[in-house]
Amino acid sequence: MLRLPAWLMLVLLVLAPLSARAQETDDAYAALAGSAGIPSAAGFDSVRRGVEQLATSGDPRAAVVIGALQAGQLYARADRALFIKQPDGSFVDARSGAPAPDAAGLRPVRLNNAVRSAIDAALGSLRLFAPDAATRLAAAEAVFKSHDPAALPALTRALAKESDAAVKTRMQQARAAALLSSGDASEADRLAAVAMLRARGDIDARGFLASLSGQPQSVATAAAAAITAIDRQLQLWSILQSVYYGISLGSVLLLAAAGLAITFGVMGVINMAHGEMVMIGAYTTFVVQQLMRAYLPGIYAINLLLAIPLAFLVAGAIGVLVERTLIRWLYGRPLETLLATWGLSLVLQQAVRSIFGANNRDVDTPWWMSGATQLGGLTLTWNRMYIVLFAVLVLAALMAALRYTPLGLRMRAVTQNRRMAAAMGIRTPWIDALTFGLGSGVAGMAGVALSQIDNVSPNLGQGYIIDSFMVVVFGGVGNLWGTMLGALTLGIVNKFLEPVAGAVLGKIVVLVLLILFIQRRPRGMFPLKGRAVET
Amino acid sequence: MSPVEPKLSRRGLGRLGAAAATLAAVGAVRAATNEAAAQPSGGVIKVGILHSLSGTMAISETTLKDVMLMLIEQQNKKGGLLGKKLEAVVVDPASNWPLFAEKARQLISVDKCAATFGCWTSVSRKSVLPVFEELNSILFYPVQYEGQECSRNVFYTGAAPNQQAIPAVDYLMNENGVKRWVLAGTDYVYPRTTNQILEAYLKTKGVAADDIMINYTPFGHSDWQNIVASIKKFGTAGKKTAVVSTINGDANVPFYKELGNQGVKATDIPVVAFSVGEEELAGIDTKPLVGHLAAWNYFESVDNPDNKAFIDSWKTFTKNPKRTTNDPMEAHYIGFNMWVKGVEKAGTTDADAVIDALIGVSVPNLSGGYSAMMPNHHITKPVLIGEIQGDGQFNIVSQTPGLLVAQEWSPYVADTKDLIGDWRAPLRCGAFNVKTGTCTAGKKA
Repeated sequence: MLRLPAWLMLVLLVLAPLSARAQETDDAYAALAGSAGIPSAAGFDSVRRGVEQLATSGDPRAAVVIGALQAGQLYARADRALFIKQPDGSFVDARSGAPAPDAAGLRPVRLNNAVRSAIDAALGSLRLFAPDAATRLAAAEAVFKSHDPAALPALTRALAKESDAAVKTRMQQARAAALLSSGDASEADRLAAVAMLRARGDIDARGFLASLSGQPQSVATAAAAAITAIDRQLQLWSILQSVYYGISLGSVLLLAAAGLAITFGVMGVINMAHGEMVMIGAYTTFVVQQLMRAYLPGIYAINLLLAIPLAFLVAGAIGVLVERTLIRWLYGRPLETLLATWGLSLVLQQAVRSIFGANNRDVDTPWWMSGATQLGGLTLTWNRMYIVLFAVLVLAALMAALRYTPLGLRMRAVTQNRRMAAAMGIRTPWIDALTFGLGSGVAGMAGVALSQIDNVSPNLGQGYIIDSFMVVVFGGVGNLWGTMLGALTLGIVNKFLEPVAGAVLGKIVVLVLLILFIQRRPRGMFPLKGRAVET
Repeated sequence: MSPVEPKLSRRGLGRLGAAAATLAAVGAVRAATNEAAAQPSGGVIKVGILHSLSGTMAISETTLKDVMLMLIEQQNKKGGLLGKKLEAVVVDPASNWPLFAEKARQLISVDKCAATFGCWTSVSRKSVLPVFEELNSILFYPVQYEGQECSRNVFYTGAAPNQQAIPAVDYLMNENGVKRWVLAGTDYVYPRTTNQILEAYLKTKGVAADDIMINYTPFGHSDWQNIVASIKKFGTAGKKTAVVSTINGDANVPFYKELGNQGVKATDIPVVAFSVGEEELAGIDTKPLVGHLAAWNYFESVDNPDNKAFIDSWKTFTKNPKRTTNDPMEAHYIGFNMWVKGVEKAGTTDADAVIDALIGVSVPNLSGGYSAMMPNHHITKPVLIGEIQGDGQFNIVSQTPGLLVAQEWSPYVADTKDLIGDWRAPLRCGAFNVKTGTCTAGKKA
């Protein structure tokens, strides 16, 4: 008889926390449904609480449910039952994972930034044990950002199991941040944590250290010292960073100006419609993407590689057409060329506006061009790095084409001495058309690159025409090396002036400096020498 | 089309290039007007549409021209106004501010338009303002703007700063605990005035001068690398930081792309924008931008039957199921319906009668409620805060419980804090100083 109450007691003992747990999980699920329907601060608050409760409840489906919430695939019914939308459009019950064919009247659970932060933190601590090292690294970083002391036990367990060195460091940093935020860490632990973050030395560590409050005196002093040390380090990096920004701006200028270096620099045509050739290149990219999405989705990832030659051909063909119909009548009359090409630029803009509409067109950035990588204290964005590389390749190809191909030889011959070239049997009008086409084609290729960083709109070219002329004139008309150095110099000067003078004043200062320079050296940095210049 | 006809004298070519562009623009306008002018009836009422269809602002303004044509068509189907057909007169001021004034003069004196709907930028509004006052005609201005203006001849259906900027800042301050502010804008009148008001407002809320960073960039700025980096750096002072963006149209796409690439997430440093709507987002991949905010008085994602009907008729009218709707379109919707009601109330299209009749007119807005024209020629509006979603739409996270009355003169700017505008009978003044009891700017305001 005595055994029964004992057995009962045991059951009760086991069940009491279990049922409390189950109750907690129920609460969490109910709270998660809070923000479906009309948005309200209380609703979002409820979801945030739900995420936090669910993350600590130990519910095996917590990671799945919170993940679905993050992806916007969590739906709630009026009775607060939750469902997850599957990739195939069907629904499963969030709680059990069982298929729910009768799901109807569902509204998505809405997120706001506070909820999103809670999700990041919750998923961070839930994914610390994920099998994939990259996921664990991201999870540790999420915990670092949330620096929630509640994650400490999980972090300690994860650290004991961790084998990957990079992930381990990240976890230790996250643990340091959580320790500093907790109420009951010892002073020695805190000092060690500050040292750990000082060693990390990036702006996130600096931001976290600066946000600390209520620390013991010695820890506060150490944190202040760490901030000073990090600032000093960041100062050095920021100079390098500015150089990188300058090079990247320079490469954009170089791309935009390379075509003009041919049409204006080599041929002497003041082509105000140059920017529109760039714009046509960008629209070619748009069309290529649309067509590939419709007809060749299998190789969609390489759409930009396909767009580059096509943009060259399209813009080049338009260039040849323009030369044959318009420019060739105006050789030797710079003012009329200027007006005619300016008018042409308006015609081209309005034509594109009529065909594609006035709105910006959405050009995709492939995954390999999104985001950034960290190199020491430098943030290098992928799209800019590829553009720098692309600019170098375009310039190299252009120089090679001028120097080593028969066409390049003829182009140089015609521009240096037209009558002699004609006497040698070169069809000079045809070479003129091809040269202009080459310059326009290069502008078209620049358009492919610019579609990745700027608006694809009919006005795209206008923003670059002045800069392009500046680069070509500054570098020295007719000299591709000059164009390159001119672009880089302008880019770097601009990026060093911008933080000091502001973007608006910076541009003005650059323009004034340029005018002064041209006053001193009217032929630019690298003037062409020899007889060609005098004629 | 080939740029130039082949057989032309050499001399004419230079001028011709430029002329051809103008011709193209005029052609487009002709096509639009002919359509509306085709129906004969017992008389017509002409409505001017003054929006740029070419140049930089075409991206935003073309849509407004289209929505006006749709509203006028719908009104004609309902039997016109005062028994007459409405006729749209579309002109193209080509994003050229002085041309706005010329075209406005043409609409009023030559075409005899009863009212004009138009302008986007504040510069263009300032440029046409003297024309409307001199010729005594009516302009409906549909875009959120910096306030500090109250003309008898203009009805402002967009938001004043207290109907957009200040509620947005309040939201960040209260919901996200933001303590440090970057005010980033394009360098022209709207951002400069708005930031001046915001700076004064933040200081009254106890924000230190060190915690405010103001940054201006030129129109169409495309290289945001070090500005985004400096925003990131500004955000490391240990206080929650947010960016309030008055960056204009075109420059937004590269700005948001750079934010996405440099990994500035909305959970770290949220950006709240006043000039970014569905239309602007249509040109970007919004996945890296999820959670950044915009404050408007209307979003396409507002869920109510009126808005659904509006969106459906818009998609049918434009024959494009992908066309988005946005806040200034809603402002024109409200403004046009107000004008129709005002004309019906006055029984005439005479400007003076309609100006008086318009005050107090109330029509449904698309955010679920009624907007009323106040004596200061601004309308009451709800304020919505939306977060950008992965599909380029906005997820509404906050909505003011009631409607806000516009403060045309900002109480946070020393020069204007005692001014009010009231165009009703005894006062009839756009800038009345309540302290001194005088009308400081006369009837001209």
